[in-house]
Amino acid sequence: MADLDTFRRETRAWLEANCPPEMRQPMTSEEDTFWGGRNAKFSSEPQRIWFERMRDKGWTVPHWPREYGGGGLDGEEAKIVRQEMAAIGARAPITSFGISMLGPALLKYGTDEQKREHLPKITAGLIRWCQGYSEPNAGSDLASLQTRAESNGDDYIINGQKIWTSYANYADWIFCLVRTDPTAKKHDGISFILFDMTSKGVTTKPILLISGRSPFCETFFDNVRVPKANVLGTVNRGWDVAKYLLQHERAMISGMGERGGSRPLGQVAADSVGSDGQGRLDDALLRAEIATFDVDEAALAAAAERMVDLAKAGQGHPAFSSAMKYYGTELNKRRHELLMSSGGIDALEWESERSHEGARPRAWLRTKANSIEGGTSEVMLGIVAKRILDLPGA
Amino acid sequence: MPLLLTEEQSMLRDSARGLISDHAPVAHLRKLRDTRDATGFSRELWATFAEMGFAGLLVPEEHGGSGLGAVEAGVVMEEIGRTLMPSPFFATAVLSVSALTRAGSAAQKSEVLPKIASGALLAALALDEGAKHRPLHTALQAVRSGNGFKLSGAKAMVVDGHVADLLIVAARSAGAPGERDGLTLFLVDPKAKGVAIERTIMVDAHNAARVTLDNVEVTADHVLGDVDGGAGVLSGVLDLGRGAVASEMVGLSEEVFGRTVAYLKERKQFGKAIGEFQALQHRAAHLYIEIEITRAAVLKALQTLDADPAGATAAVAVAKARAGATATRAVQEGVQMHGGMGMTDQFDIGFFMKRARLCEELLGDANFHAAQLAQMRGY
Repeated sequence: MADLDTFRRETRAWLEANCPPEMRQPMTSEEDTFWGGRNAKFSSEPQRIWFERMRDKGWTVPHWPREYGGGGLDGEEAKIVRQEMAAIGARAPITSFGISMLGPALLKYGTDEQKREHLPKITAGLIRWCQGYSEPNAGSDLASLQTRAESNGDDYIINGQKIWTSYANYADWIFCLVRTDPTAKKHDGISFILFDMTSKGVTTKPILLISGRSPFCETFFDNVRVPKANVLGTVNRGWDVAKYLLQHERAMISGMGERGGSRPLGQVAADSVGSDGQGRLDDALLRAEIATFDVDEAALAAAAERMVDLAKAGQGHPAFSSAMKYYGTELNKRRHELLMSSGGIDALEWESERSHEGARPRAWLRTKANSIEGGTSEVMLGIVAKRILDLPGA
Repeated sequence: MPLLLTEEQSMLRDSARGLISDHAPVAHLRKLRDTRDATGFSRELWATFAEMGFAGLLVPEEHGGSGLGAVEAGVVMEEIGRTLMPSPFFATAVLSVSALTRAGSAAQKSEVLPKIASGALLAALALDEGAKHRPLHTALQAVRSGNGFKLSGAKAMVVDGHVADLLIVAARSAGAPGERDGLTLFLVDPKAKGVAIERTIMVDAHNAARVTLDNVEVTADHVLGDVDGGAGVLSGVLDLGRGAVASEMVGLSEEVFGRTVAYLKERKQFGKAIGEFQALQHRAAHLYIEIEITRAAVLKALQTLDADPAGATAAVAVAKARAGATATRAVQEGVQMHGGMGMTDQFDIGFFMKRARLCEELLGDANFHAAQLAQMRGY
């Protein structure tokens, strides 16, 4: 306990000395997120400094082993780093699917060689990853995917199409689900494979969304040659890896419902709606809705903390991330409905300087995907019913 | 600190659960109700509670208790919530002990606390006056008289007020209802001249009382804490009490949910278990998620109450608001999913619905606590 207190003091002092003030401000635009990768550019000098300091400290991923560029911290220490970062409103130094999704699967299923090859480039932000899961005919029923990988000597030849591939057009590598045995039952013929997006035969096409932006792509594979050594885990057991990764993806998405450090929603609302003589939001029903939202948001933060603690203690349920994904995404949609309601007509401006080119309505529309991507809310409830509640026929 | 029970706390939970499920299942409450029991709880069981150290759970060790904290109180309350056991634990061992420990003089503490720990003395907090919980609106008058005060006014929903050996009465000694300053707490003998107590059996068959004070004379020795400074003491006591009630509601919600899921698996219609229908599966899954999130919020509040009592108000508001909303959903879904059986008195599920409604009002409902949070956050 005393050691942890010391660690907390040291962490606080280090963050205080090393986190630039600009990196303690809430993010306001997409440029504020640093994604890493071969073509990465920093949008500002403080962003570069902050990333490099955290990288050198091993704190882009504090709880990964040091040999892979992590911080080598145990669970309690990593929690302290998160808490102390939240306390000063420090931004994440990097946002990375390599860290939040692929990394945990690599650590669990990767060979030593695969871990040595990929993990250090993830912690150092050198390679940006994308996820090749969904296909036009394999959405909620993901295991019915049809992209084929045919054996050809030491390689696979991959043909097919993925869809909703987040930022595929910016990614350097992809982790991808492919069918390696078309004769097996649908869950049993899938492999999890990694390859370079610059491989011959890979093309991407951004999809324009209702937000007016294109965070997702269609991704096409036309006779893409990939070494068999790039399979993660066992051939034809890729579904196990896929599910394991989804637990981490869902836990990450559920975090969208938490916004530590940013201004309370009620105060944001007061900017547009105004306050009465006692300092209360001048719209009693909106105030009530926001207050109820705040209660649920704080409760979700506690649940997220508890989920991590339960997992560390070996008491977690593997399907619980589905529960959190459901709640976190529904909550985030509520947040953005309330932001729109709070902003009134000001929040409707789509192209204007004042609105930062429609940041608020575009973000609002983007959140509608939260309860679809990574497994729909309905699929999440089905998983909870079947795997946690053990209800029949689910 | 991990947001989990420690090993010792888990052991406490197991022993509380063993005792309560053996001796006070829901049938215990049913029997007390049906026999119109004059006490409304089992004194024998309270003696056992005291022997096991539960009555003195929060009493400091130097006064004969275990000196434990909010998390431990919550653990016991949660088990009480599972079987709806009527028990003086909340009013005596949580609220009253907290008030005495925080504000009591050395003499008051050594006089009362050992008796509570041994199970010999029951106490009750007389606070609410109107239909809704509004502590600062306390209007019961304390008028100076000689070296003491005369108390006049009326209190409602005084939990265990009909059996209490000691009343802790919140009164207004200065200022106007609504103001924070000017509240004073008094220790009042329920047998004193001018005290009238009417037992009010509540919707959930638990006990409360209306207490009327008509020029009740108390001396300066009966003041608990500082004159006019009662609000500070009260807010600490109430936060702990709210954490305790929230814990009871978590236990209640989980029990209702467990019974409901079991029923979904067992009840057959259209040739299959009704739990096979997706319409019910999704509602059950949603309820499960609400309960788990609320459990985390409540444990967070209890841990905060132990680590930083003065800074716990926001966490407690979140916990009580969540617990109220979750329990309300749990009992409504419970009755609905039990179908017609859920409406019968023979089935226990209705007892949970009634208790949840009472717990929701106790020490502030979900709206009260959400509004508290809004105020703390400046909107």
